[in-house]
Amino acid sequence: MGNKAVAERQKKFDSKARISEELFHIGVSPHIRDRDTTTKIMGWVIIALIPLTAYSIYIGGLSTFIVIVSSLVGAVGCEYVLQRLMHKPVTINDLSAALTGLLLALTLPPRLPFWMPLIGGAVAIALGKQVFGGLGHNIFNPALVGRAFLFISWSKYMTTSYLDKPLAWVVNTSTIKSINAVTSATPLFAMSEVRKGALDIQASKYYLPLFFGNPWGCIGEVSAALIILGLIVLFAKRLIDWRIPVCYVGTVMLLSLIKGTDPIFSALAGGLLLGACFMATDYVTNPMTPWGKVIFAVGCGIVTVVIRFYSHLPEGVMFSILFMNGVTPVIDRFIKPRPYGVSKGGAKA
Amino acid sequence: MFGIIDNIKKFYFTRGSIHPKQNKRTAPIMVFPGPNPEKVTIPLLQHTGATCEPLVEVGDRVLVGQKIGDSEAYVSAPVHSSVSGEVSGIINYPHPTGRDVLSIQIVSDGMNELSPDIKPPGDPFEMTPEEIRRAIREAGIVGLGGAAFPTHVKLAPPPEKPISTLIINGAECEPYLTADHRLMIERSEDIIRGALIIKRVLGAEGVIIAIEGNKRDAIQRMREAGQNEGIHVVALPTRYPMGAEKTLIRTLTGREVPSGGLPSDVGVVVNNVGTAAAICEFFKKGMPLVERIVTVCGDGVAGNANLRVKIGTLVKDIIDFCGGYVGKKGKLILGGPMMGLAQYTDTIPVIKGTSGILVLRYENLFVKEPAHFTCIRCGRCVRHCPMNLMPFAIGMYADVGIWDKLEQYNVNDCIECGCCAYVCPTKNPLVQLMKVGKEGLARRKKKIEELEKAVSGE
Repeated sequence: MGNKAVAERQKKFDSKARISEELFHIGVSPHIRDRDTTTKIMGWVIIALIPLTAYSIYIGGLSTFIVIVSSLVGAVGCEYVLQRLMHKPVTINDLSAALTGLLLALTLPPRLPFWMPLIGGAVAIALGKQVFGGLGHNIFNPALVGRAFLFISWSKYMTTSYLDKPLAWVVNTSTIKSINAVTSATPLFAMSEVRKGALDIQASKYYLPLFFGNPWGCIGEVSAALIILGLIVLFAKRLIDWRIPVCYVGTVMLLSLIKGTDPIFSALAGGLLLGACFMATDYVTNPMTPWGKVIFAVGCGIVTVVIRFYSHLPEGVMFSILFMNGVTPVIDRFIKPRPYGVSKGGAKA
Repeated sequence: MFGIIDNIKKFYFTRGSIHPKQNKRTAPIMVFPGPNPEKVTIPLLQHTGATCEPLVEVGDRVLVGQKIGDSEAYVSAPVHSSVSGEVSGIINYPHPTGRDVLSIQIVSDGMNELSPDIKPPGDPFEMTPEEIRRAIREAGIVGLGGAAFPTHVKLAPPPEKPISTLIINGAECEPYLTADHRLMIERSEDIIRGALIIKRVLGAEGVIIAIEGNKRDAIQRMREAGQNEGIHVVALPTRYPMGAEKTLIRTLTGREVPSGGLPSDVGVVVNNVGTAAAICEFFKKGMPLVERIVTVCGDGVAGNANLRVKIGTLVKDIIDFCGGYVGKKGKLILGGPMMGLAQYTDTIPVIKGTSGILVLRYENLFVKEPAHFTCIRCGRCVRHCPMNLMPFAIGMYADVGIWDKLEQYNVNDCIECGCCAYVCPTKNPLVQLMKVGKEGLARRKKKIEELEKAVSGE
């Protein structure tokens, strides 16, 4: 919202005020406000994602770029069209639709045909957000709704459209070459093969590539380091609570350790970091209170591990977050902070 | 006990508070005597409690310090004339709280002749607490922090609740305001003496003077003045709302005032530094409360200053004294920017609870807001609420009028400090919704009571 819009509001205000020259304006306190707005918050999350996005395009090339752009176009375009059709104010300027589109693209494999992210973005906004009444009213994370839709509709594309020939390497060592023998298998898939006894790779060999440059997987899984950099940006701007990423990743690591898998590998592989830092922390769909956030994050971790180890899917971040999104209203109902001056039982002290 | 308090670090209270831009521009400037108005308008209600009855009639000549209004009610405080001159009218007049209140208008003769009744009431350290309380009531002293609760009532806690700690509140956490800050620097001995008088009335064991850490000079002065009296001067973290009674008590003592209770329930009484100084002034010279220090500040007024203003002076006269308005008229706020009341006109009088006059320019009124107030559930209001409430939920239910839910969310514990609305990224008017919610809940309870009475009466 620019200065023009502010001027318009002032004009509207003036026309309503009877003798605005004589009288002062009134309003309820507080008379000063923090400068942060929804648009600014969304903008900062997008900025936090830029290094990761840029690096994924560097590694994946044109196909990655097309996926990202078509997902953005799908999401923002759908929001615009729907809001025009419903005669509502168009709010694409608040950047929330753009963020949804970008987040969706980061969860997609890089070699999808361009129409698929387009549909995914549109579905994310239409079914994920606008059917509930727009920003702030949705129950499920819109980007993940879009991804779930694509995953169920075209699961073959969604599980095989990984890069066959990455354009660039950062960690070009013999490690890469030995892993490269199992081409087009995501690290998590490879490890589930290891558990079945079909393969024999040490999980620790994946550490470096997963951290600095991992071409096997979705667009947003190229580098754990850049996701953590984005997380640091979010922390520095005080946009998100530390509880969700820490508790989510911590739970997964702990349960993986109990199950006998390398915990560091479990944390780095798949969409866990991206999900824990940018998806589970979506304001609208996680609980409001600190303890509610902890319960939400631990729940996400448990469901992720259950799906990873006990289902036919190699990765469970998407469904775990969607599942816990559904539980959020219940958590919010029961987990409340203890108000000042009220004893723990809820009775007045 | 006090050793722990001295060690309070800045990080102790970062949750449940905010840190707005301070804008304390007037802090280094000495307090000036205010204007000598030609006419004052003294409302008969300047405190929390019952309105006073006028004791004078139109045409009477009154002197400075003469009692012109009093009430039979216990929770009330008399009002005194701040100028000498002739009563020109007793009329309903606009009041800072928004209603019209019966006010006495006095045309000043410019002499400022003192009333012969003014004499020191005697040595407070030889009077009984009851005598001191009665004297304080006669002086019309009320809490000068803003709420203007009659001090003699505050100093009379129920006997079954012994007071262990007296807190003298010099936090002044509101941005822009520096009246208490200057008072602490210029009249630190008076504040200490006033605190000792209050301590004697209450029989309190210890006295803490709490000052926000950003007022280093005031802390220094108060420590020097109070070092021989066994008074502890504590530097508080610079956070808003540090000076709110309940947060102050939690920070200093770790105790929480029960919901719906009073500070005396946890053995604490909180008084403003201005109140302590006024009490001292009264016992020194016998002068009742007829003037107070007001911070005039903001980008919409030419001169920013701290002024010693006669109660009843119109805001207009004070602004003229400070050089008039600058730029297009925006907001005129009595009090600080976080909790002050916006006024539609400047022809309202300064009353005992007016700590500041803030004029904001028109251009700075409008923040960039989204098209509509949609909560994005970011949780900032929950994180920043000093009372640990869930403002977003209260706002939501108040907006749609589900009053029963509001009680579950403890809406009546809200202190309307404005932290939630300040941090809200969607600029939701949460404080307004809180007020709506409180009133709606009260209305509904009253209705239920009436219905129950009607049913049982059959």
